[in-house]
Amino acid sequence: MTASSTRFGRSAVDNARLLLDAFAPLDDWDLKYGLLIDMGRELPAAPEIQTAENQVHGCQSQVWLTHRKENDRFTFTGDSDAFISRGLVALVTRLYSGLTREEILAFDFGGFLAELGLNTRLSMGRSRGLEAMVGRVRQIAAQG
Amino acid sequence: MTPIDPVALKSQFPLFQKLPELVYLDNASTTQKPARVIEATRRYYEEYASNVHRASYAISAQAEEAYEGTRETVRAFLNAASTDEIVFTRGATEGVNLVAQTFGRANIRSGDEIIVSEMEHHANFVPWQMLCEQTGATLRIIPIGEDGALCMETYRSLLSERTKFVSVVHVSNGLGTINPVEAVIRGARSVGAAVLIDAAQSAYHMPLDVQALDCDFLVFSGHKLYGPTGIGVLYGKRERLDAMPAWHGGGDMIKTVTVDGYTVADLPIKFEAGTPNIVGGIGLGAAIEFLNEVGLDRVEAHERSVMEYGLSKLATIPEFRLIGSPNHRVSVISFTVDGCPAADVAELLDLRNIAVRVGKHCAHPTFHHFGVTSAARASLACYNSVADMDALHDGLVYAIRTLRRG
Repeated sequence: MTASSTRFGRSAVDNARLLLDAFAPLDDWDLKYGLLIDMGRELPAAPEIQTAENQVHGCQSQVWLTHRKENDRFTFTGDSDAFISRGLVALVTRLYSGLTREEILAFDFGGFLAELGLNTRLSMGRSRGLEAMVGRVRQIAAQG
Repeated sequence: MTPIDPVALKSQFPLFQKLPELVYLDNASTTQKPARVIEATRRYYEEYASNVHRASYAISAQAEEAYEGTRETVRAFLNAASTDEIVFTRGATEGVNLVAQTFGRANIRSGDEIIVSEMEHHANFVPWQMLCEQTGATLRIIPIGEDGALCMETYRSLLSERTKFVSVVHVSNGLGTINPVEAVIRGARSVGAAVLIDAAQSAYHMPLDVQALDCDFLVFSGHKLYGPTGIGVLYGKRERLDAMPAWHGGGDMIKTVTVDGYTVADLPIKFEAGTPNIVGGIGLGAAIEFLNEVGLDRVEAHERSVMEYGLSKLATIPEFRLIGSPNHRVSVISFTVDGCPAADVAELLDLRNIAVRVGKHCAHPTFHHFGVTSAARASLACYNSVADMDALHDGLVYAIRTLRRG
């Protein structure tokens, strides 16, 4: 944990660990998807961010993503019109919120997704959508 | 007529042997392939791979015999008058484009009208929109009624001396509606318009007879008919095809070429430039032989009983909303689920190994008509059973419970 702490930055590891710990005990797909859907349900609806500018293209469902930045740390907010997509939005916003530009750009999302175990089951469309969301987060960080 | 035993039939499909858990309900997108189709394509590559129409040695003659043999198989399958009327294409889409760009460009002018329906697949919509852009002709649309059937009264009112072409789908890929194509064709005849039937969604569900229908053109795809991808058929009446200019230029489609010009080959090769999809043609032949052996009348009866069982079973789910309820339908069950986005429903069904399509199924106008942005679609083929409908029902109950709890 300490080795990767220095590599990713402390808060990236914390965010990732919280999510990994939540998914780790779930040993079948129904439960993993159930948690993802619950995370999506807990994500506050944000109709005000549903603008063309915030829309993330390449997702199977409609997804919107926006951010604010305070003291070099980013907070991401998102929404989607489908449940599983909202779960993925929740995953991405929880993972990257509270991080600095450098932490966001250094984080190995592919490795995280593999450890989470969702990568083998997500449909092609969902995987591309997830990639598009992470791409948007990294783009925001790179510009900010 | 002995009913189909779907379990026995399924055992002829290697994919279902490898994936016994799979409940495959996306047949309107593409169907699985029986062993004999795979075997026929394998045999071509392993035993007599060579080009056709250049037969100067034994295996080339064998390839030509197999490939041209399919043309006769297709002719008989459609009851066409001659193999000259059977043109191989890449699929139904290419067939429509071919007709639009040859017959259409030669015969349709500014001020003329082309009629299609609101329930067309994009394959029978966009080529005509493109032709209208190119010629200044106008596209007129037969609307869908509330039940998901075509408004035939409006169709009759659209017909006039300006109507030069009518192109209508036999079975809607989005709703499963079986359209009264006999009446559509009669209407076109009454004003002297040419008519094309898009049989992509009907050819594998019911017997077709182009002479009885009296259509000018009919298209279908091999891959929806248990055959390989990349091969399809355009049927055209001889006098129509003869009068049409060639489309793609290249090898095979010419009789003579000099530096000063070229002359075009006879039918049907005139429309088949370049080395054709030989293995696709051979596979398609095997697929039609498979269907002939099973019997399309038995397929029709079996699929109807499975669909009716499925429709009544699914109707017991309060959140289930069927899209379209035409009197004459086949194979397709498009639906939404109250409170559950279709993409989520399809993904949770996938967790239960149930494959359905989600979206607007390349028929955006159809779904706009019903005000639906995204629907799930279950579509049947000869190997589906009532057990698959039970699995779909149970999968939907599970998806709804997962998505709507809390």
